[in-house]
Amino acid sequence: MTMRYIAVFAALIALIVGVGVMMGTPFTVRLLVEAFAFALIAMGLNIQWGFGGLFNFGILGMLMVGGFAVTFISYPVNMGFWTSEGPLYLGRTLLAAAIGGVLIFFAHRVQRFGITGKARGTVIVVAWFIAYVIFRSQMDPAANYITSTAGWVGGLGLPVLLGWAFGGVLAGLVGYLVGKVSLGLRADYLAIATIGIAEILRALIKNVEWLTRGTLTVSPIPWPVPNPQAFQAGGASPSASFVLARGGYLALVVIVVLVALFLIHRAYRGPWGRMMRAIRDNYIAAGSMGKDVTGRQLEIFVFGSVLMGIGGAILVSFVGIFDPSSYQPINHTFIIWVMLIVGGSGNNFGALFGGIFIYFVWVLSEPLAQALFLNLSAFSSDMGWGAIPDIESRAVQMRVFVMGLIVTIALRFAPKGLLPEFIGRKD
Amino acid sequence: MNDLIFFFNQAIIGGVVLGSVYALGAVGVTLIFGILRFAHFAHGDMMTMGGFIALVLASLLAAAGIAFPLPMGFIVLPFAMVIAAGFALGIDRAFYAPLRVRGAKPVTLLIASIGVTMMIQGLIRLFFGVGTYSFFDSEPKKLIRIDVPIEGATRPIAFSEPQLLLVISTVVAVIALHYFLTRSRLGKGMRAMADNPDLAKVSGINTRLVVRVTWIIAGALACLAGTMLALDVALKPDLAFNIVLPIFAAAILGGLGHAYGAIAGGFVLGFAETLAVFNWSVVLRPFRDVLWFDIPNSLTLVQSEYKLTVAFLILVVVLLVRPTGIFKGAST
Repeated sequence: MTMRYIAVFAALIALIVGVGVMMGTPFTVRLLVEAFAFALIAMGLNIQWGFGGLFNFGILGMLMVGGFAVTFISYPVNMGFWTSEGPLYLGRTLLAAAIGGVLIFFAHRVQRFGITGKARGTVIVVAWFIAYVIFRSQMDPAANYITSTAGWVGGLGLPVLLGWAFGGVLAGLVGYLVGKVSLGLRADYLAIATIGIAEILRALIKNVEWLTRGTLTVSPIPWPVPNPQAFQAGGASPSASFVLARGGYLALVVIVVLVALFLIHRAYRGPWGRMMRAIRDNYIAAGSMGKDVTGRQLEIFVFGSVLMGIGGAILVSFVGIFDPSSYQPINHTFIIWVMLIVGGSGNNFGALFGGIFIYFVWVLSEPLAQALFLNLSAFSSDMGWGAIPDIESRAVQMRVFVMGLIVTIALRFAPKGLLPEFIGRKD
Repeated sequence: MNDLIFFFNQAIIGGVVLGSVYALGAVGVTLIFGILRFAHFAHGDMMTMGGFIALVLASLLAAAGIAFPLPMGFIVLPFAMVIAAGFALGIDRAFYAPLRVRGAKPVTLLIASIGVTMMIQGLIRLFFGVGTYSFFDSEPKKLIRIDVPIEGATRPIAFSEPQLLLVISTVVAVIALHYFLTRSRLGKGMRAMADNPDLAKVSGINTRLVVRVTWIIAGALACLAGTMLALDVALKPDLAFNIVLPIFAAAILGGLGHAYGAIAGGFVLGFAETLAVFNWSVVLRPFRDVLWFDIPNSLTLVQSEYKLTVAFLILVVVLLVRPTGIFKGAST
């Protein structure tokens, strides 16, 4: 088994070095930063699916939450908003939301006043509706006022690393709510519920322009380390400045990934990990041994979401722009699944390897497909059939096909992944 | 009166059209779930693929210079459905059958269907690009107007020919499916297998044949739904990928594995979406003298950006309150 680890990671390093030689160092360092961020997200999914057997198709939502969090924390303060009446309006909205919340809270406890059955259901529905109307009556004017005067709320201007942490916390909170809502469901239902909730989150973040600026996008989001412009101001050449700045960023991301890997691997090997595997493999037996199955599953869902949120925050602050409409299920949910399946679910190193490797394949299949098409096109025009039109836009789509092919092949021929889950036995 | 016709044109017709599309998609999803016990995610892309097959056939016919009084995309539908059913069988043979033979869990099949989704999407975009296609480049999209013979009504009831065809073909498909499931030997076998696969097998039902027939029906229905949707709006590579979740919502709402439930769920969701974004102030305007408040210009339950969100919200609420759906579904 050790040989397999060595071979797999040696091949990965060879791939990275090869890409570095072929495509240049600045590009490779950029790729590595993103690949490590995706590896962190894949590790988050590994906690949920590999350790706990919980199906999460809502990764996209967690990434968006993390991205929003880092934008909100680290973007410079928008004084136009804070000096306007915007905070007052938002305060009123908050009050309305609180009133609605209290209303709903009491409606759910209406059986104490002797109202049960269908009458209780009716009361609950009516209470939700009234709460919604109260909320909308305050929210709409507030949103209109802010978008028409200050544009949007702006950020808080705090350190980026705090934003990453906040991304994890916020995603964990959202994960708690999602888990609370949907963890009682069976696997397929859970998949559909999580993807539905993620789509709701996406629609929300895209459309609350007063808070996230929606489709107008936010940029530039600051870096936690000196960015290329800072190096260029110091006299470095453009190419060197990119390598230096991205290298610094890469070091930071690698530290985050290694710390996370160390912690979750310790947890996995410890009694906590054994308990989680027991719940995953047979929750009825685990429950009869006195384990709190639902509580533990919620715990694991939150842990995974935290890593996803941090990963999403890292990605957003690296590209420096928060664009809610750039989030797509294929690019931000399904690809993570491909990473985990190919790497080996249940194995933290598998998640790390799968994340980096699949991200490289994902990005590189575009230029490779382009080269292939150019050759084919040259061949077909030589043969007098004419060239292939729109090669560039077609080559971009090739990678989606490649991902689908990889995951179906992996499921068929190596369902446990390249680095299968390792179960130690102590007899 | 005009306000009422506006309501009919906007809300009722919109709801029926959307509901038909959802119902057609949800029937396929629910059939596959009932027989094979997994959520077939690639169904949306099978719809898109069906639409593109019909587009290719229609443009071939148009290039041959043949003209019909009905839209070309509708004429070629039977052939497109046959081809799509063949594709569905091939997809099953290549990607799902080996996993089933190995005894893989339904979740593994679900992940495999994600892979199939990505492959179909990639292939469609590879061949057709990311642009938008229309079935009505060479022929006009006919509008049907019916004047209402009531005093004070000046607006006609208006809908397009594809919308009418969509509703008619949905009704035909549903009735045909109903007779197939209740009258034919094979259909009864399908229902038996949905209820209890092991018992069906020992009773001598050819389960392999049932699986094949399921894929044929699902592929053909997906092609029908995709083509009709493309005729109504426009054909683009992510046409059905965006509505695959509402389709699942409809199937779950009706109870997964329950064909009639899926149809009901589809229409419920279609109406819920259209009514949620409908501007109710138009309907309230005739009563402006008796109402105690001023009617705002736009009075919708949710903003139109959140139209699709309504379906997801209903989905989540249904999963929480009654996961088995309106009718009790085949939940294991």
